[in-house]
Amino acid sequence: MNFYSKILNLQNFDFNTFFKNVTKSQIFKILEKNRIDENDFLALLSPVAEDYLEDMAQKSKILTQNNFGKTISLYTPLYLSNYCKNRCVYCGFNTESKQLRKQLSFDDVYKEASIISSTGLKHILILTGDSREKSSVQYIKKCIEILKEFFDSIAIEIYALETDEYKELNDAGADSLTIYQETYNESLYKDLHLKGPKRDYEYRINAPERGAVAGMHSINIAALLGLDDFRRDAFFTGIHADYLQQKYPAVEIGISMPRIRPVDGGFKPLHNVSDRNLLQFITAFRIFMPRCGITISTRENEKLRDNLLPLGVTKMSAGSTTTVGGHSDSEDESKQFEISDKRSVSDMMSAIKSFGYQPVFKDWEQLNL
Amino acid sequence: MNDFLEIGNIKLKSRLFTGSGKYSDDSIIPDVLESSGSQVITVALRRVDFNANENVMTHIPKDTVLLPNTSGARNSEEAIRIARLARSAGCGDWIKIEVIPDNRYLMPDGYETVKATEVLANEGFIVLPYINPDLIIGKQLHSAGAAAVMPLGSPIGSNRGFRTEEIVRIMIEEIDLPIIVDAGIGKPSDATKAMEMGAAACLVNTAIAVADNPVLMGRAFGNAVKSGRDGFLAGIGAQNTNASASSPLTGFLDE
Repeated sequence: MNFYSKILNLQNFDFNTFFKNVTKSQIFKILEKNRIDENDFLALLSPVAEDYLEDMAQKSKILTQNNFGKTISLYTPLYLSNYCKNRCVYCGFNTESKQLRKQLSFDDVYKEASIISSTGLKHILILTGDSREKSSVQYIKKCIEILKEFFDSIAIEIYALETDEYKELNDAGADSLTIYQETYNESLYKDLHLKGPKRDYEYRINAPERGAVAGMHSINIAALLGLDDFRRDAFFTGIHADYLQQKYPAVEIGISMPRIRPVDGGFKPLHNVSDRNLLQFITAFRIFMPRCGITISTRENEKLRDNLLPLGVTKMSAGSTTTVGGHSDSEDESKQFEISDKRSVSDMMSAIKSFGYQPVFKDWEQLNL
Repeated sequence: MNDFLEIGNIKLKSRLFTGSGKYSDDSIIPDVLESSGSQVITVALRRVDFNANENVMTHIPKDTVLLPNTSGARNSEEAIRIARLARSAGCGDWIKIEVIPDNRYLMPDGYETVKATEVLANEGFIVLPYINPDLIIGKQLHSAGAAAVMPLGSPIGSNRGFRTEEIVRIMIEEIDLPIIVDAGIGKPSDATKAMEMGAAACLVNTAIAVADNPVLMGRAFGNAVKSGRDGFLAGIGAQNTNASASSPLTGFLDE
């Protein structure tokens, strides 16, 4: 069984009826439990549970401190290429966008790595668009080999691969895989991914598992919030994380909670996801999976990130750019999306410290056995 | 009274081991060591950036015994590799083996831990393995050359206290090695309970590191461990479940 087959039956689940039947006393009982199940998690995502958001936040904060301490891990994204064959309607890199297309040369990768590394960061996330021709597995592998000199942990956020390809990149030094399903709603997925390899919903939804089989140390998944009703995609992200953790107990599973940001072409989110909604997702997920990482990126603004910091978050990006070559050159028009929190790594460190938390650059190192 | 815990030819006056993770600021570590009296601190080797000007090691006073741990190892091979790296990085010969293939509860793998212990003890390491309380694994670790055995009190980071009491009691009685209760101890009184029972030491990280006042909590744990130890040494009286029976069952013998 894979995750696709697990959630087939749930695609037509009547969320509205479930939510209508959630009672306040049920939420109260759930918050008293040590361990909650999928149904409890969904109940915590219900509109009724919003009245208990303060209690959820209190519980989430304690669980996070006990499991992760008063620490926030930092990383930054490094865009290698924006060539892309997909037509994802919400993305600035989509194949029909008139953006300038670029791919870093190996010298450029070295240059970007030196600049990022001078900020002290030790964990990096590398990204490409979806173009096997331009950004082949071999190209990415070579980039990883260059980056290994500078960073202790390298995560990849690239097009979905086969298991043996993930293994090849893992052997080369990539220890983490980030891959977002964007939306778990299969029919909506088809409407939003009009063209290109990414249109294959099933291939993408099983990609995190292929990464786990290939030996990745950590796997990070997400839905892009604002495509479907957030409660639904939040639930599916949570049970996807739980599925992976159950089946691959040695793998560190984490989730991100990206909300749609403005892009060229002006895609408007189909659903509004408020700050309150985002916090409900963070705290419900923390209570459901106390040991999983939660990433909040620079998509969110400074003030909100500061406020969310103690409530369940374990990882944040800093000094981010979504432009290919953006760490060494000034940013041009070819970005994937607008970032919101523009603080540098050192500003981010000061902010984290001012909240009584420790910014962590290194919490893992890939060892080649 | 001279009451030392001797491990690997080092005589320790304090029976509280501390951790170095989860602090809001590592620069508080020297103050915690001082207030708690702890002489041993564990460090996750994979989290130390030896190339940085400042890392957790720079905050650990030189006279503290370093207990690097193999956190992040999923099998014996990885644990062995990390132990060797720790030694070559100048962290000394002590090693706390953590082989954890379960990210949900952070439960250790006893079988892989025994394998790693055997290899590393043969290489001259002072091996302190972290395990789920288990008498047989404990005995195997003894045969494999462990210097102490560290059963968990409850899952790491749970702060749920000394939940494994009954099994740890058996280990204390049956295994001829120091038994150090590690993980899950949430309150000073949990540590006292373990020490009263005859545990050789306690390792406490989360409860101190995430306290509002880690220095004060360090002192509380230092006192709690000492108090429990004193109670154990003084010989706590047996607890009777009944008052003395007015009609003794053996009374007929005197009739």
